Amino acid sequence: MALNIKTLPKKKYVMPGHAACPGCPETMGFRHLGMALGDKVVTVIPAGCSAVIQGLWPKQGWGLPALNIVFAAGAATASGLARALERRGVEAHVVVWAGDGGTADIGLQSLSGAAERGENIIYICVDNEAYMNTGIQRSSLTPHGAWTTTTHRGNPGTKKPMPQIVAAHRVPYIATTSVGYPWDFIAKLRKAAEIRGFKYIHLHAPCPVGWRFDSGLTEKVAKLAVETGAWILYEYENGRLKLNPPSNRLLDPSKRKPLEEYIKLQGRFRDISPRTLEMLKKDIDRNWEEIRATLRAQGDL
Amino acid sequence: MPSTTQGKELIVDRRNHFLPLSPSDIGSAGKTGSWRTERPVLSPDKCTSCYLCWLYCPDDVITMQPREPGGKEVPVIDYEYCKGCGVCANVCPVKALSMVSEEELLGA
Amino acid sequence: MAKSIPKPQWSVSGELIPMRGNDAVAYAVKLARVEFVAAYPITPQTIIVEKIDEMISRGELEAEMMHVESEHSALAATYGAAIGGVRSFTATSSHGLAYMYEVLWWVAGSRVPVVMAIVARAIGPPWNIHVEHSDIMATRETGWLVSVAENNQEALDLTILMFRVTEDPRVYLPGIIGLDGFILSHTVEPVDVPPQKVVDEFLPPRRQPYVFEPGKLVAMGNLMPDEIFEEHRIDMHYSLMKAVRAIEEAGREYSKLTGRDYSRLTECYRCSDADYLIAGTGSWMGDAKIAVDLLREKGLKFGALRLRWIRPFPWHEVRELGLNKKLVVVLDRSISFGYAGQLFIELSSALEAKPSIVGVPAGIGGLDISYNDIAYIAEEATRLLEEKGRIYTPVLWYHLGGFKPLPPSKHVETTRRAQFLSIDIESIGEDGE
Repeated sequence: MALNIKTLPKKKYVMPGHAACPGCPETMGFRHLGMALGDKVVTVIPAGCSAVIQGLWPKQGWGLPALNIVFAAGAATASGLARALERRGVEAHVVVWAGDGGTADIGLQSLSGAAERGENIIYICVDNEAYMNTGIQRSSLTPHGAWTTTTHRGNPGTKKPMPQIVAAHRVPYIATTSVGYPWDFIAKLRKAAEIRGFKYIHLHAPCPVGWRFDSGLTEKVAKLAVETGAWILYEYENGRLKLNPPSNRLLDPSKRKPLEEYIKLQGRFRDISPRTLEMLKKDIDRNWEEIRATLRAQGDL
Repeated sequence: MPSTTQGKELIVDRRNHFLPLSPSDIGSAGKTGSWRTERPVLSPDKCTSCYLCWLYCPDDVITMQPREPGGKEVPVIDYEYCKGCGVCANVCPVKALSMVSEEELLGA
Repeated sequence: MAKSIPKPQWSVSGELIPMRGNDAVAYAVKLARVEFVAAYPITPQTIIVEKIDEMISRGELEAEMMHVESEHSALAATYGAAIGGVRSFTATSSHGLAYMYEVLWWVAGSRVPVVMAIVARAIGPPWNIHVEHSDIMATRETGWLVSVAENNQEALDLTILMFRVTEDPRVYLPGIIGLDGFILSHTVEPVDVPPQKVVDEFLPPRRQPYVFEPGKLVAMGNLMPDEIFEEHRIDMHYSLMKAVRAIEEAGREYSKLTGRDYSRLTECYRCSDADYLIAGTGSWMGDAKIAVDLLREKGLKFGALRLRWIRPFPWHEVRELGLNKKLVVVLDRSISFGYAGQLFIELSSALEAKPSIVGVPAGIGGLDISYNDIAYIAEEATRLLEEKGRIYTPVLWYHLGGFKPLPPSKHVETTRRAQFLSIDIESIGEDGE
């Protein structure tokens, strides 16, 4: 069932004049969320860029209901809300729209609880790879070697494998997506909405301000992340892993664009040493190795 | 309509309390068109109505409209709110949109 | 045997059931037809949650129990359900309250009615599961209504009342029922459980200022200009003060239905003609009433002023009952370190420090305080008053049968020494150094 771009809803799911930075990937993703699932969506938004993008009372910049909530409580609040709406017979898609901080760090506990309980919500991690809202500090989803205001010499940590952490909770659906691949994101959202249980979607969201690239290049950087293998598009459906295009063609490293093409566009990697770059490549290769091992164990390779 | 709870109708009644609620509306951060230093300008003849600029615009300031009745749809940009990020110009596969500096447009 | 015990006038159901305070709260939750409970176990609250789960599994309560992984998530999930339009409840104590503290602010500021029981317990370290009012006192700033039960009957009644008052359109703020850990929560007392139809008549269908659901294109809690933020806060404070009227009206109606009087925010036991008052909150005020009787026998005209409600603060009632007294002895089962017991501070301010006032922190960490202790404390306070003519002593800590005057109080003579304290209390100087 091919998606025709011209049949996507034209309704404004993001209100012009919101407070996001020019070129913001979160707002792109939010529009795609609205296009995918429409007016039945209620978003629960813990502290982060998406809380502030709403702008000032008496207006709000999202075109969907937005329940702002404290940083650590995204998944827990959504759990209660989803149960209440279901009890009242109100049809809704309760969606947590959380950043990497609100997902992998301060929000991890409540996420784990909701996943373990199998709450009927869609959890979307909008990953711009740092605490952008407070001014570009590193998070556990910041890649190795990246500059942030708390890792001036480059991040010594590595990117925590969030989808795999959620997969360990044995939820029915997990997917990685990117703002550079809106079809993929929209299709995965629609698939998730059909499933009952805890659904986790990790949206890669390159941030022009935090990663230091021109605001017009958001989509290009997002695509390069996938084309170089730095970001991998896949799904876990009931625990079974499947690579999605174009990542399914990139298991062979020689098919990937050189990582340098992705790195050189980003000021946060400007001072990366050859050794650190090698470490970063090793991290990325490790992700691919784990995928390869899973596919092999499944009998798909 | 609020549906039943505890077997009775849920009553939703704000009275005159000051609630921390804000309705969705354009311009929650003001007239953000004032932010930009350059703006996307369309060369309509090049446009193939692919809709990609509309799809990616982070501020949803692009509306696809026919230039004349029955004509091909082209992006119409709301310059009151366009921040001049340049995403549309970059995603356009035929370079129908180009970023022109505001200064230049003002003839400075 | 049960048959020979006369039916008390205050039993509307016709029978008294022996139950613990935690059970009483659980019964109230059932009678209120709560539909959603999310709570994390912590001693001494645990039994509330267990009892509710038992009721659900027996089909006596038609509700969802969410097994959250922390107290922070417990209140967040309860809030999520409440904002989704369903009557919701949670309970906690001590460290659990401290953990969920930021969420208390979020709930109150959202103006969404939620009810929570706090089973009062000390906050460590060292670990201590016994009663102390520190956790309840920590909630005063947040915009929640705060009530404290004297006995298990009140624990049940206040919980039912709280649903009514929090959902009153003049109020629309969340509410707390405090009950003393172990002394009430785990101690069996006879409780009258009102019939379901009585509670159904008393509690209208759930009412809240707004609901979060698809199609309602709003944001809750996004940024506000500072001057508007302040207006929001002014409305919160005003609504919390309007709760006084709501409490009085609900209390009067509840009295008619059950025979138990909740029409005032304080309870005045023999205090209208008293010269001196013992003031405080919680279960030991029951003991204070016995102490009042004992003191009266000795010719000391005491009364007991019990604060059933801490927030809204019963400003007018306290002033009406306290301003014309010679002495107010304030019992505090908690201390605001670096100043004095919280009730001393609040009552002194309401009474403009006009009567002599003595702040007596006691029973902290769960040390048992009997009616004898309270009578002794009160008697000692009158002795000091006679000696000095006027006393205004923030901290006269009562510990193991002896008094420890502590800064900021000036030095006062004491009668007995501390048993284990290594500080040489007697040598504390004039300015409390």
